[in-house]
Amino acid sequence: MYSFDYVKPSSLQDALDAISGGGQPLGGGQTLIPTLKQRLAMPEALVDLTGIAELKGVSMSGDKLSVGGATRHADVAASAEVKAKIPALAALAGQIGDPQVRNRGTIGGSIANNDPAACYPSAVLALGATVRTDKREIAADDYFQGLFTTALEEGEVVVGVDFPVPEKAAYQKFVQPASRFALTGVFVAKFAGGVRVAVTGASQDGVFRWSEAEAALSSNFSADAVPAAPVADGMIGDIHGTPEYRAHLVQVMTKRAVAAAG
Amino acid sequence: MPKDTGIGAAVPRTEDRRFTTGKGRYTDDFTVVGLHHAVFVRSPHAHARVTGIDKSAAEAAPGVVAVYDGKQLVGDGVGNLICGWAVSSKDGTPMKMGAWSALATDTVRYVGDAVAVVIAETKAQARDAAEMVEVEYEELPVVVDATDALKPGAPQIHPEAEGNLIYDWEIGDAAATDGAIANAAKVVEIELVNNRLAPNAMEPRAAMAVYDAGTDHLTLHTTSQNPHVARLVLSAFYQIAPEHKLRVIAPDVGGGFGSKIYIYPEEIVCLWAARKAGVPVKWTADRTEAFITDAHGRDHVSKAQLAFDSNNRITGLKVNTVANLGAYMSLFSSCVPTYLYATLLSGQYVIPNIYCDVKAVYTNTVPVDAYRGAGRPEACYLIERLMEKAAKELGVDPGELRRQNFITQFPYQTPVIMTYDIGDFSQTLDAARAAADVAGFAQRKAASEAKGRKRGLGYSCYIEACGIAPSAAVGSLGAGVGLWESAEVRVNPVGSIEVLTGSHSHGQGHETTFAQVVSDRFDLPMDNIKIVHGDTDSVQFGMGTYGSRSGAVGMSAIVKALDKVEAKVKKIAAHVLEASEADIVIEGGAVKVQGTDKQMAWHEVGLAAYTAHNLPEGMEPGLKEGAFYDPTNFTFPAGCYICEVEVDPDTGVVTVENFTAADDFGQVINPLIVEGQVHGGIAQGIGQAMLEHAVYDESGQPLSGSYMDYTMPRADDLPSFKVSTHETFCPGNPLGIKGCGEAGAIGSPPALVNAVLDALSGMGVKHLDMPLTPRRVWEAINAAN
Ligand SMILES: Cc1cc2nc3c(=O)[nH]c(=O)nc-3n(C[C@H](O)[C@H](O)[C@H](O)COP(=O)(O)OP(=O)(O)OC[C@H]3O[C@@H](n4cnc5c(N)ncnc54)[C@H](O)[C@@H]3O)c2cc1C
Repeated sequence: MYSFDYVKPSSLQDALDAISGGGQPLGGGQTLIPTLKQRLAMPEALVDLTGIAELKGVSMSGDKLSVGGATRHADVAASAEVKAKIPALAALAGQIGDPQVRNRGTIGGSIANNDPAACYPSAVLALGATVRTDKREIAADDYFQGLFTTALEEGEVVVGVDFPVPEKAAYQKFVQPASRFALTGVFVAKFAGGVRVAVTGASQDGVFRWSEAEAALSSNFSADAVPAAPVADGMIGDIHGTPEYRAHLVQVMTKRAVAAAG
Repeated sequence: MPKDTGIGAAVPRTEDRRFTTGKGRYTDDFTVVGLHHAVFVRSPHAHARVTGIDKSAAEAAPGVVAVYDGKQLVGDGVGNLICGWAVSSKDGTPMKMGAWSALATDTVRYVGDAVAVVIAETKAQARDAAEMVEVEYEELPVVVDATDALKPGAPQIHPEAEGNLIYDWEIGDAAATDGAIANAAKVVEIELVNNRLAPNAMEPRAAMAVYDAGTDHLTLHTTSQNPHVARLVLSAFYQIAPEHKLRVIAPDVGGGFGSKIYIYPEEIVCLWAARKAGVPVKWTADRTEAFITDAHGRDHVSKAQLAFDSNNRITGLKVNTVANLGAYMSLFSSCVPTYLYATLLSGQYVIPNIYCDVKAVYTNTVPVDAYRGAGRPEACYLIERLMEKAAKELGVDPGELRRQNFITQFPYQTPVIMTYDIGDFSQTLDAARAAADVAGFAQRKAASEAKGRKRGLGYSCYIEACGIAPSAAVGSLGAGVGLWESAEVRVNPVGSIEVLTGSHSHGQGHETTFAQVVSDRFDLPMDNIKIVHGDTDSVQFGMGTYGSRSGAVGMSAIVKALDKVEAKVKKIAAHVLEASEADIVIEGGAVKVQGTDKQMAWHEVGLAAYTAHNLPEGMEPGLKEGAFYDPTNFTFPAGCYICEVEVDPDTGVVTVENFTAADDFGQVINPLIVEGQVHGGIAQGIGQAMLEHAVYDESGQPLSGSYMDYTMPRADDLPSFKVSTHETFCPGNPLGIKGCGEAGAIGSPPALVNAVLDALSGMGVKHLDMPLTPRRVWEAINAAN
């Protein structure tokens, strides 16, 4: 780790000032701190967002479930509101990492980082959520732009994520044995207007919507309707899984998600 | 006898109070005034020539006192690293060992090979400066796979070892074995890989070297399983300092599993640099360094044939093994795939003819050496995979095929050196089968099938060799050291007892077990007994702890010293109490004349020995005795493990449903500790069988160099184990002990793999190599379909 300054403002404005002065946002530090420890980044200052009340917590705003950008995974997993409205989201948060990770990691940090094997991006995309930043609102379909890449501009802060409430939804995670991130994770959400299926962990382009499955499931929401596995081309290959294996898991996990959604 | 703390009592480990309350003191916890920190500059390439090192920027960096390279180290006369066991090829030529300097001079041979060291006031400064050392490399072609390294035209790693072949060794009778195979009614063949593992002790390696210029004396605190061996090697071979001017302390050590037997470049460099730079130097590995510098384990590729007659009796076993020793020959690397491996290929079976050929090979990977089991897991895995495959191909019950071939007469001379002294293999097989409810398996399998899961059951009837080792025997096979152990028992004037042992505890619980032996002998509370280990200035000498030797060898030395103390106590008491020595008994904290009310309190004997006012004519004062114990044979723990798994055919996920272990460890001193050792061993064995794999890509970059990619077993990967012990007492040592530290890791991998193969046999899957990750299992199912 190289040395850096640390600030923990209590208002969003103070945080934005510190960030525009060259600071980097810090959520739970579960990705950023290991990166610093390996000396792979050299920020001048870290601006801790977890002391800002307006970035924390869960509430209904209109017909959407709103999760503050600095809300911890453990709080989403335990939230009665989330469990009542989108139980699949609470369940997803409850399966991220281990208790230590969940007690620090935040939704804003997770989707700002957009690790191709992270869980949250699949929920944000499948639920068609809106990412609220200090500058604008970004639709999920526009937000995720490939591995570790998002629509966020330099210094832009995720203030919250607004989730439409589906009729049914489920997340099925197939863990990478060592890291226990998603080797392949599938989030299926059924709305009155159709079904959305988002896949994480599998593609070289990061989280994606599996349109064939969406079309098939929109007309028949049953595990049997899930189409054949997508092509392996473009899937990630590493020691834990070949592209073919990941493509196969996309199909298996989609079926299981549909079955779990009921 | 105080049975609550004597032999056989389940005494909770006394050392755990300090370990579980953060009061343990590990090497990195020690400090001295003026301490400086070392950070190593390591090669990012698996094979390259070092064409230049520019240290100037680093030398000028804040806090830096020195930056040293390999030329300086060699220039100061620091010796190359040695290999402590000379193994010769079958043509009689000695093994071909390449030079290994603690800091590379002109060539680096694996990712992590150290080329320079920075000594600075703080660790952060040393890190910053290490990044400023500019090393120019000219990359060379790389080979990481042992069979590839033997192919013509493979990159040449050491000039000393042509074609990367270190030795081509053999054991057994080739012609007779070929004859048995030619005449067999059935030959079962297998080709398998024993996967490379990273040891992952919880505490990373560390070293702190302090030079006292006033007395010209060096002190090293380090993470060692054998501090005296470290001092011997550092002194005799690396010319660090003569033994009397070098103290090695291995304080609390957080796990070793073999990886802390060896004296690594970092300890050598810290000692050398502390004197050269004139400042105390500490180095503590981070986890990444641990992955790329701790000696790895296993990494064999083998082909084997097992021959049967028409009655399903084994007639011969032929094995060809290629063993990957990595980029350099680590301290005991040569004996692991030879004398610790091929000598156990007879398993629990009567096999009249055995032949094994082993080629040891250099590659551009971390050096490979002993890791929990060291050679015996590889032998057990091979023979137990073969037995299960044979049972399938012969259409017989795998347990009964084993029983039919069990050795039942002891002592039994195998065709591969070992003489098994005692055992009862049917007993452990029966016990395991009963505990595993093998009879109810069919029903459980049907229940799994109904859920769309495949259930399988697999056996492993292992035998291994512990109590390493009779010194003359291993000497004749090439060992550079004797493998005895020493102990000293000091009874203080107040009656308390200190036992100085050359064994070293780094998780095994010696402070409890050894004290129980003393408590048992003299009927004293354990509180009165202290076990001292790990410091060359306190303990006379020792060969350390590995190969499950501390019970069978270390405790035997203590027993010999206790015998001498007991004899002297009886003499003193007989003299003071005016009785015959034969009538003296020690019990209840007193030394008594049997059948009378005459007695001395235990401490009064100690006091009498040290005041020396009234001792028998000619007796020396004091009550302290030492002993060296050299074993007469190896010991042979054995047992039967049964694993039951469920496989999800859609994803390839394996779940271990039941795991049963029935072990014969000879005399058990502390059943609680033995059970803990078995649990840890099985967890490690299951880790090898389905999770762990140290993988390199073709350019020699480690692909599993952190816990993001290297899968350690976790509690939720494991079922509750059913373990039991069934003793046949070892006739070769005074307590009848065989050893229990490695059995779990040795016996479990084949049980698991056999179970998965059994589960998938209906799907056409005939072979799998460890680790059985979901990916591999799914691929095998997919390929069979
Ligand atoms: C052992 C372990 C296991 C894990 N397992 C999983 C898993 O199974 N599934 C999973 O999805 N994740 C997993 N994670 C990752 C975890 O969820 C992290 O919490 C998450 O990726 C990052 O969130 P954070 O709040 O810790 O962000 P930080 O590490 O603090 O920051 C990450 C990045 O986001 C930026 N950032 C942080 N907050 C904001 C914000 N509000 N607006 C804009 N930018 C921001 C930072 O500047 C930084 O670039 C695991 C992590 C660990 C250490």
